[in-house]
Parts: sequence; C-alpha cells; structure tokens
Amino acid sequence: MWVRIQALMIKEFLALLKDKKTRTVILIPPMVQLLVFGYAATFDLNHIPFALYNEDAGPWGRHMAEAIQGSPHFDLVARISHEADMAPLIDLRKALVIVRIGQHFSRRIAHGEPADMQVLVDGRNSNTALLALNYLRTIVQQFIAQIDEPGQSVALPVKLEVRAWFNPNLESRWFFIPGIVGSLTMIVALLVTALSVAREREQGTFDQLLVTPLRPTEILIGKTVPGFLIGLLEATVIIALARWWFEIPLVGNLVSLYCGLAVFLLSGLGVGLMISSLAVTQQQGLLGVFVFMVPAILLSGFATPIANMPSPVQYLTFLNPMRYFMIVVRGIFLEDMPVDMLLWQLWPMAVIGLIALSFAGWLFRHRLY
Amino acid sequence: MSQSRPRRVHRFPSNNTWMRLRGLMRKEALQIVRDPSSIAIAFLIPVLLLLLFGYGISLDAEHVPVGLVVEQPTHLTAEFTASFFHSRYFLPISFDSMTAAEEALREHRVNAIVRLREPFGKQISAGAVAPVQVIVNGSDANTARLIIGYVEGATARWLERLVREGRTRPLPIAIEPRIWFNAEVRSRNFLVPGLVAVIMTLIGALLTALVMAREWERGTMEALMTTPVTANDILLGKIIPYFFLGTGGMVLSVVMAIGLFDVPFRGSFWVLALAGGIFLSVALGMGLLISVLAKNQFVAAQAAIIVTFLPAFLLSGFLFDIGSMPPLIQGITYIFAARYFVEILQSAFLAGTIWPLFIPNLIALLIMAGLFLGLCRFIFRKRLE
Repeated sequence: MWVRIQALMIKEFLALLKDKKTRTVILIPPMVQLLVFGYAATFDLNHIPFALYNEDAGPWGRHMAEAIQGSPHFDLVARISHEADMAPLIDLRKALVIVRIGQHFSRRIAHGEPADMQVLVDGRNSNTALLALNYLRTIVQQFIAQIDEPGQSVALPVKLEVRAWFNPNLESRWFFIPGIVGSLTMIVALLVTALSVAREREQGTFDQLLVTPLRPTEILIGKTVPGFLIGLLEATVIIALARWWFEIPLVGNLVSLYCGLAVFLLSGLGVGLMISSLAVTQQQGLLGVFVFMVPAILLSGFATPIANMPSPVQYLTFLNPMRYFMIVVRGIFLEDMPVDMLLWQLWPMAVIGLIALSFAGWLFRHRLY
Repeated sequence: MSQSRPRRVHRFPSNNTWMRLRGLMRKEALQIVRDPSSIAIAFLIPVLLLLLFGYGISLDAEHVPVGLVVEQPTHLTAEFTASFFHSRYFLPISFDSMTAAEEALREHRVNAIVRLREPFGKQISAGAVAPVQVIVNGSDANTARLIIGYVEGATARWLERLVREGRTRPLPIAIEPRIWFNAEVRSRNFLVPGLVAVIMTLIGALLTALVMAREWERGTMEALMTTPVTANDILLGKIIPYFFLGTGGMVLSVVMAIGLFDVPFRGSFWVLALAGGIFLSVALGMGLLISVLAKNQFVAAQAAIIVTFLPAFLLSGFLFDIGSMPPLIQGITYIFAARYFVEILQSAFLAGTIWPLFIPNLIALLIMAGLFLGLCRFIFRKRLE
C-alpha cells in the first residue's frame, strides 16, 4: 500500500513542480504578495493632506494651526481664504480635512469663552474620515492642556491614560500581517488541490487512476501530502518574512503555531479537494475556488472584526476554517495564547478538515461522469 | 487582373468579417449555455458577494464589551459610568477587581478596561485632574483606536453634562466636525461602491481566464485555425459574449447596492455606464491575457486566483487608504485597474459627477484596456505563427 501511495505522491509532486509555469505561479507570488500587501494593508494614517482656512487674526489661531502642522500625521497642502475654495479641495481629493478657524477664535479664548473650530472631512472613506478626526481631537486636547493656566480651575477634569496591551503603539500592521499569513496559506492550499482532480477528470486520467489498485483513501493521501508539504514550506517562508522582515513579534511558541498551521492546512486542502472532486471541468473548479475563497477571507475577521457582523453572519463564520486560524495566528504572534484557548480553535478546524476530506474521498468513486 | 485571382477572395468579401464573428459568438454562446458555470460566475458571484460584504463587512463597532472597574463608587463615578451604559457603542460589564478585569481582557471576553481609581470622586470635587485608566486589547489596532475614540466620546458627553449644570467651565475649544458625502459615517456607504469594482475584477477575469487556454488544451484551437477566421475574429468572438454577460453582472451589482443597501447615488448613471463598460473591457482583457499567456487551464486558473482577488481587495483603495501606503507600494497600485474604478465609483455614488476627478481615471482605464487587448492580439498572433 505504501509503495502505491508513494508512486502517486511522486506523480503529484511532478504535476505541481515540473511545469515551469505552474512552479512559478505556486512558489513566487505568495512571498511577493506578503511583501506588497504587508505594506499596503494598514489603517494607520500618515501624511493626511489638510487645508487651512484661518480667519482669525490673533495669536491663538496661529498657534492652533502650528500645532496641527507640527503633527507627523498631517501635511498642509493649501491655505485658503475664501469659503468657495473649500469644496473643490475636498471634491478633487486634494485635501482630506479642512480646518476652519473662525474670526473670533483668539478673542474668545482670551475672554474664556468657548472658541469653535470647524472641521470638514471627506467621508467617501468613512474609516479614514473617523480616524483623521480622532487624530485631530487628540491634537486639540493637547493644545487645550497647554493653554490651561495654572491656578485657574481646570477645563478638563479628567485625563485618559490609555495603554494598549499586546501592541503598545497600536500599529495596524501587527494586526494585518498575521492575517495575510493566514490568507496566503489558504490560497496556496487551494492552488495545489482545487484543480488537481478537476483537471484529471477533464482529461480523462482520473478514470485511469480509479481502475488502478489504488483505493480512494490512498488517492486521497497521495493527493493531500504533496500539497501539505508545499503549503508547510511556503507558510514557513511567509512566517519568517513576517517575523524578520516586518519585525512582528512572535511571542507565542512555534510548536503551537505549527500545530495550528498543520490543522489549518489540512482543512484548506480538504476543502480544495472537495471542490475539485465536485467539479467536472476546470472552469467549474475555478468557480468553486472563488465561491469558497472570497467569503472565507472576508468572513474570517481578516480585515473587519467578526464582532461587527450581524449575528446570522456570525453563526455562518463558524463553518469557516480561516476564522479559527486567524485567532490562532494572531494569538500566537502577538499574545502568547495559552494552550487551552488554542485547543478550542483547533478542534473545529480539524472537524471541518476531516469532513471535507472524507467527502472528497467519497466523491472520487461516486461521481463518475 | 481580378479574374486571375483565386475564387476564394470573391467568396469572402469584407463584410463577411461580421458573418465569421457571428459564427464564433454563437459557438461561444452555446458553450456558455452548456456549461452553466459562466452564467453562475456572472450572476451568482455578484449576488453572493454583495450580500456577504454588504451585511458581513462593517467597520462600525457597536456593543463593544468593556470592563468597568470602579474602586470606590460614589455618585460622581456613577455619573461617569452612566455615559457608558447609555451608549450604543458599549456593552459595559462591571468587575470588582482589576485582576478579574485583566483576566477577562486576556481571554477576549472584554475588549477594553476603564478603571476609576479610588480618589476619583475626591479629585473631581476638589477641582483637580482625575486620571482615568484605559487599557485596550491592541491586537486589532483599528478596533482599539475606535474604542479609544468612543471612550473619549463618552467622557465628552459626561463633561457636557457637567458644563450644562454649571459645575465646570466649558472647554476652551470646541471642534465642530462636519463629514461630507457620508454624514452618518456609515462604513457600508463607502464599502459597497468599491465592492462593485472588486466583484467586477473577479468576474471579468474568471469569465475569460480559461476560454483561450481551453481551446489550446483541447486541441480545438488548431481546428479553428484551419477555418478562414482571423486572430481578431477569435479574440472578438471571445470578448463580446462575455462582455454582455459581465454587463449583466455589473447592472445587478449596482441595482443591489442602491436598492438593497440604500447607498445613495448622487452621480450620473451615464457616466457610471461609461466607466463600467471601459472597466469591464480591462477586466476581460486581463483574463484573456492570462489565458493567452498560460496556454493551459491549470496555470491560467492559478494565475487568475492570484492576480485578481487579493490585489483588488488590498491595493485598490477599496478598504485601505492608498495615500497612507509607502511610495513604492503606491506606485504598484497604479498597475491595477480596480484602483481607478474604485475612485470613480466612490465619488459617483457619494459625491456626484466630478469631471476633473473622473477624466484622468477614465483615461487611465482606457489606456489599460487598450494595452491588455493589444497585448492579447500581439501575443496570440505570435503564437499562431
């Protein structure tokens, strides 16, 4: 039995790695993508283009403007002096934020009256708009603390002392890069399996495989193991890049990470083989990959938290192996996740993987057209 | 002169291009109907994705579980915490001790802890500054930032109440924010228009990525080549039927965005149709280019998986602000057509028709369409020789 599986495994390895184009497509893109996406996927704003409309002739307006300009997050792109100039700047996306300091700004501050400052934000990207507004609020609060004179009753009776665990500078890269590791591993698992059976069916070689002494379980093992090894290898390179190139702390232990990775790969390969055995043509296989992959990535908590989703969709995510792996990979990279929490994420992935693999194996013989 | 030419020339006058093309399109249409996966790609994927994205993807965190630790409850601390209980953003859970709260944070049962230390009441009464400790789980940095913003908001509301009751003087500077185009800051309004571009990228590439490779692999390309059809005929015959199919998917997506998700549409439908048509040509052209280059379906499918979804998702400005990326990565985004279409879509939906913004993007899309289709023709002709 072992000899037969071995022969099949060698054939599968050759099918994946012998053709130069296939080899390039499987091996190179994941690494390039991690490098590109690692830099692209961030919600941290720097260089927010802002325009200043200062109607105030006094010192406080100038100080306020200097405080904003002095922040590393904001870049002054224009000074305007007419209300009519505001709309085109926002419309054409030249400025994301326009700060308008009113005529009586300095006088009001001097008299101890509240001075108002109008802030216009481009809401086409609502997330960026909110973040830019938050940055501005922080600057203004620091400014207020500066102008509070000692002796007078304080204007801000409370002071928030914010501390973030696991990611002290709140770098969103630390959140996204482990997620990209998960997404790319899933894509590799699908690339190596999802079309393999479909291609053999389309070309008729699968029937030949079925008349050999190989049993479905053996075909299953023969088709899974090469993908597993390739996936493990690529994931290792990606993890190393995340750790040493992007310098994401890897505080948890590697044994837990690889346990999680192995179970996750198994479930990804299982789903890939299932899609492949359901498809009669490669076109259908490709459709199947997208129908699974796109929701799997979107509903995994990769970019937007699962907690924000409506509850029926949240229940749907329990079927998604990536959902569990996202928790594992982030937990181990950033938090040193304890073993019991790890196990709670591992068993559902293992169940999904086993069901998918057995269904794929069953389909080998029961789908014959 | 003309009599000495072979008769064939007379049997194929110039207007027969159309006849040949019609024949090829008919063949392609039959293939589409017989393997319904193309129709599924054009109509099933937009519906599925829009539903999932529209309902599933949101950056608006609500009911965030927050641990409250109040070391010495007084009426002042109760007033402060009340602003958390009355906010739809928080789901406050009270803890007796910091150790219990920290354990909950570690186990992800709460996302943040707000702690009022023992002298809070005394400090406020005395007119001193009372520190409030806030600890957030920073693993998800974006949510952490939002939570900090919400805590600041809740504090500001508490402060407003104190000011109203004349117990403290008002803040010297009040920010008056106005958010244009999306006043209620609904993340769905910004995500759904961009989503149309992501979906159309997938559909365009999926529809055409295999069509040429399939003919090579099955040997039918050689059969086609023995007929009088030209390279142009074959390429056009492949694109036109899928263009119609893709247009159907695009119309469906836009109708769902407006009808189901209530995203406002402030631009012009004609402009959207123009931009959509050009973008669809780019997407189909990209698929066709993959197909022409790969020559077998296996490689073509793998390439389609890699170059479509994640780049369109991450590098188009659909979710992540391109202006915040490092310059090199910003440069890379220019080679993805989705980037231009996302910009047009977000403005057409939320802001209206802004020609100075649209024209450069439309020109870029036109250039890309020309480039992809031209490359297809060039490479395909070389292959034929």
